Amino acid sequence: MTDARSGALAGAPHDQQIDSSKRTWIIASSCAGVVGVGATAVPFVASFQPSERARAAGAAVEADIGGLKPGEKMTVEWRGKPVWIVRRTEQQLAALPKVDKELADPESKRTNFAITPEYARNDWRSIKKEYLVVVGICSHLGCSPTDKFVPGAQPSLPDDWAGGFLCPCHGSTFDMSGRVYKDKPAPDNLEVPPYMYLSDTRLLIGEDKKA
Amino acid sequence: MAEFREAPANATAGEKLLNWVDNRFPLTKLWNDQWGQYYAPKNFNFWYIFGSLAMLVLVIQIVTGIFLVMNYKPDAALAFASVEYIMRDVPGGWIIRYMHSTGASAFFIVVYLHMFRGLIYGSYRKPRELIWIFGCGIFLCLMAEAFMGYLLPWGQMSYWGAQVIVNLFSAVPFIGNDLSLLIRGDYVVGDATLNRFFSFHVIAVPLVLLGLVVAHLIALHEVGSNNPDGVEVKAKRGPDGHPLDAIPSHPYYTVHDIFGVSVFLLIFSAVMFFAPEGGGYFLEPNNFIEANPLKTPSHIAPVWYFTPYYSMLRATTDVMVNILCGAVAIGAILGVLRGGFGATGKVVLVVAAVVAGFLLKTFDPKFWGVVVMGGAVIILFFLPWLDRSPVKSIRYRPDWHKAVYAVFVVTFLILGYLGIQPPDPLKTGIAQVCTLLYFGFFLLMPWWSQMGTFKPVPDRVTYHAH
Repeated sequence: MTDARSGALAGAPHDQQIDSSKRTWIIASSCAGVVGVGATAVPFVASFQPSERARAAGAAVEADIGGLKPGEKMTVEWRGKPVWIVRRTEQQLAALPKVDKELADPESKRTNFAITPEYARNDWRSIKKEYLVVVGICSHLGCSPTDKFVPGAQPSLPDDWAGGFLCPCHGSTFDMSGRVYKDKPAPDNLEVPPYMYLSDTRLLIGEDKKA
Repeated sequence: MAEFREAPANATAGEKLLNWVDNRFPLTKLWNDQWGQYYAPKNFNFWYIFGSLAMLVLVIQIVTGIFLVMNYKPDAALAFASVEYIMRDVPGGWIIRYMHSTGASAFFIVVYLHMFRGLIYGSYRKPRELIWIFGCGIFLCLMAEAFMGYLLPWGQMSYWGAQVIVNLFSAVPFIGNDLSLLIRGDYVVGDATLNRFFSFHVIAVPLVLLGLVVAHLIALHEVGSNNPDGVEVKAKRGPDGHPLDAIPSHPYYTVHDIFGVSVFLLIFSAVMFFAPEGGGYFLEPNNFIEANPLKTPSHIAPVWYFTPYYSMLRATTDVMVNILCGAVAIGAILGVLRGGFGATGKVVLVVAAVVAGFLLKTFDPKFWGVVVMGGAVIILFFLPWLDRSPVKSIRYRPDWHKAVYAVFVVTFLILGYLGIQPPDPLKTGIAQVCTLLYFGFFLLMPWWSQMGTFKPVPDRVTYHAH
């Protein structure tokens, strides 16, 4: 033991017997140290998560849709994001199944971006056929698309445009149900938030009956 | 351990003080090792000013940053107004802020030129790989600094730029959404995001940056500088043991640098006083509108220094992923036929190519766009091992290599230009070609860099006294 240490100090080659019990303890204490450092990192990483206040602010919001006329859109803020409520006209609803073939995911089956709730996995993507409720954030990079409800040829849109939304950032297009067209930068349909009807004219956004 | 030295009897008070310090801290030694007696090749040209200028801009950014923090409020409700307060009400505030915002763009101009110098003279070649790697680390830190700093004024571009970039992380398969939530600290970019970006921008990243700068310089002064001829000056030493073709940095390069700094400050001041917004490229018009989470500006473009990478991100569409699959297949076939791998190597190559193709088609193009964008920066780290040319400097390479470098520079500039423009099918097509050229330049370098007739490299540097 003493010899080994003095040999190391003198810079002698390592031909001495390795003290295996010392090595075991060095490894054991190194491991304990790593665990300690790892445990210490927990609160620091945890502090990156949304705070309790941010979570509370993410609570459900109520919207009164009584004043909404056919063809109109209103926006409410939920979790800092714009949630659109669109009351669609008969013509707009009738146009929906016609564009199915041009859509990337007409039946809202994809789950990468957001899972479409059970009650919105249909052509009109909503509980009540007339009222569309979607988060107005493009599934590409988070810009907010603009309304292009008027059908027909217009700048940045195809000549047979059936009405819907256009994302100004990278040109993705969505139909009147917030379903994305094929071969666009945006991979997925607009997110349908969890929501439920409290009454005929009052919506609760952020919570559904499951919750 | 140095021996204790007594100052000579006739020493001045200053010399005595320096002697007192030197016995306790290696002040004179540090100065001599790092600059005073640091032998630098005597044939440096214009391109060698940008390292010193980068140091200068770093100092400008730190000093102006310290003073900006004294009046800035990192709070989503107050940030925008506090920047306007700095601009209008704080005496001298406007010039400090313009120094900082112009400094950010100047930093990237200087650093891009500094990196280009390294590229053409082979400054990253053995034994200077670590200098290059530390440098790439500095470049990454700078990008992080610029990105997070841009959120702080809390304008429309700050907000939506951050929204877009943070959303890039949500493209990562499986953990993406949680990852971007962890970065934002909220469900959207908000007060929590602003606060943490502020913390990173003013303390965390600058600390790492300074550490990397010190490592960059220590490594440089250990190995010695490269030069436009790519000749190792240490190979030819005079009777005094110092390289024949090198000269102490002080006073020769001190004077050169002071001249370069004067010219730089002339241009910098001109921009700062007469065009602080840089024509909308240094400070974008939309950023003079306060952030509005419910309304996206009609055209989002990053600040100019990020646009080449942003172009590559946008160029990665479904079509591009198919082209990439084709490129992987061609690479695998060529590798098997011509790559000179063993049987195991060939099997590994084919399997890797099949897996790569499968993953390319499985995940969204959006995710691969992020990979392409990140890869464009990360690939720089591997440059020392991609370049297999027998000479370092472009001066002794075959003439057509100069054309290859010219195409690379033009490609990078085109990508930069396209990144500012709204996308249309033609521009996306051009960006896709440029993206392939950009990656081709690096990934095919092991082959093309060895090809052609190289010119003889002289023993000594070429130098004409003036």
